[in-house]
Amino acid sequence: MKFPDDLRYTKDHEWCRIQDNRAIIGITEFAQDQLGDVVYVELPDVGDQVKKGESFGVVESTKAVSELFAPVTGKVLEVNDPLADAPETVNDDPYEEGWMIQVEVGDLAEVAELMDAASYAKFVEEQE
Amino acid sequence: MVEFAGWEMPVQYAGLLEEHQAVRTRAGLFDVSHMGEVVFRGPRALEALGRLFTNDLSAIADGQAQYGCLCRESGGIVDDVVVYRRAADDLLVCVNAANRQKDFDWLKERGTGPGSDVQNESDAWGQIALQGPRAAAILQKLTRTELSEIGTYRFSAGEVAGIAGLIARTGYTGEDGFELFCRADRAAALWQALVQAGAPEGLVPAGLGARDSLRLEMAYRLYGSDMDDETTPLEAGLAWVVKLAKGDFVGREAMERQKAQGLGRKLIGFELTEPGIARHGYPVLQDGRPVGTVTSGTRSPSLKTSVGLAYVPPSLAAEGSTFAVEIRGRPVFARVVKTPFYRRK
Repeated sequence: MKFPDDLRYTKDHEWCRIQDNRAIIGITEFAQDQLGDVVYVELPDVGDQVKKGESFGVVESTKAVSELFAPVTGKVLEVNDPLADAPETVNDDPYEEGWMIQVEVGDLAEVAELMDAASYAKFVEEQE
Repeated sequence: MVEFAGWEMPVQYAGLLEEHQAVRTRAGLFDVSHMGEVVFRGPRALEALGRLFTNDLSAIADGQAQYGCLCRESGGIVDDVVVYRRAADDLLVCVNAANRQKDFDWLKERGTGPGSDVQNESDAWGQIALQGPRAAAILQKLTRTELSEIGTYRFSAGEVAGIAGLIARTGYTGEDGFELFCRADRAAALWQALVQAGAPEGLVPAGLGARDSLRLEMAYRLYGSDMDDETTPLEAGLAWVVKLAKGDFVGREAMERQKAQGLGRKLIGFELTEPGIARHGYPVLQDGRPVGTVTSGTRSPSLKTSVGLAYVPPSLAAEGSTFAVEIRGRPVFARVVKTPFYRRK
């Protein structure tokens, strides 16, 4: 299972990639594997505020309905609209095409609190 | 794996969508040994079962199967079952796994009498469903029984891969296919033989998840989700298996009354016209007020739309009627559509 080094991770299995003051957010390969086939993704609108640790959306698979939790606080700058018609992208390419939202990060210290790839890999191992 | 009616069952093998697609285009193999089998035997078996069954078993010949309901006096559904008429004095009732004991107790108490003996053979039988457009080609490799002579909802005793049992052209997917009944201790060998013979045809093992999405695309009702002891076959849209004119049977009076008075609710098929997925238990809203309940819902893998079944007032039951489904506190619009949702090409 792949956990890219340039990402930061949460215990709820979201990842975030920091580009300047922008956080690109999605769910990890482990998360999509556990969920099974993703059939629906519900995301906030551009301009909405998301708050670290709080739900920003829902991902539904053929097996379960799961909430998405924001890794950082900030305003939503972009939403991956193509997921509405192609939710399976989350399974096929969770770290690139399957991203969910992009958020303007106010406090970069929040990012530092997230796990790096090695810690997350260890965390996942403990879950299995 | 999940626990289902006391059985450890796979929700999926390779993945629900892949399995679903395989059944629609090639073939899928389901281990449905959890289903129960109750057998009526004796010179008055047909009569005894007929009094407990809503459909008309005298209308079918030996070697034919028939779908119908077992009902309470109130008309409430004890279970929906398929009866395999081996002979007028030998009928096998295939019942839902979760209802095995309930059904057996119900049938034994009311169906046992002079000339009618009722046995629970659930533990003795294994059952494997081979479903999909390639099912017949795969099965024919393993049996001398001429499958082209077994029509839909007909069955025959026969051997598959040297294993004796019943070969029935029945299923729960909407595709052509077979349900194979054999001795429980031979089911694993039968499974292996089918997996091997089917591999070149693209056969894959399929789990409970695909079984549910396939049946829902056909709007086949699922006991425990879409109907239960509190709903009647008329409400559940199963009037076509209720033969009120056939003579007396348990539940008939209540249903005649219900028919005369009009139904308070109806099970209908709907499609969401906005993004979302409706799930079992979600409220149906009209003008913001709850007026019904979703009983099944999924994103149809074949149609790529969000479909479901719901109980609604008769005023909302006509095709084209619109209402909302409350999903996580928000109303999402839906339209009543014709069922089955999916039609075989």
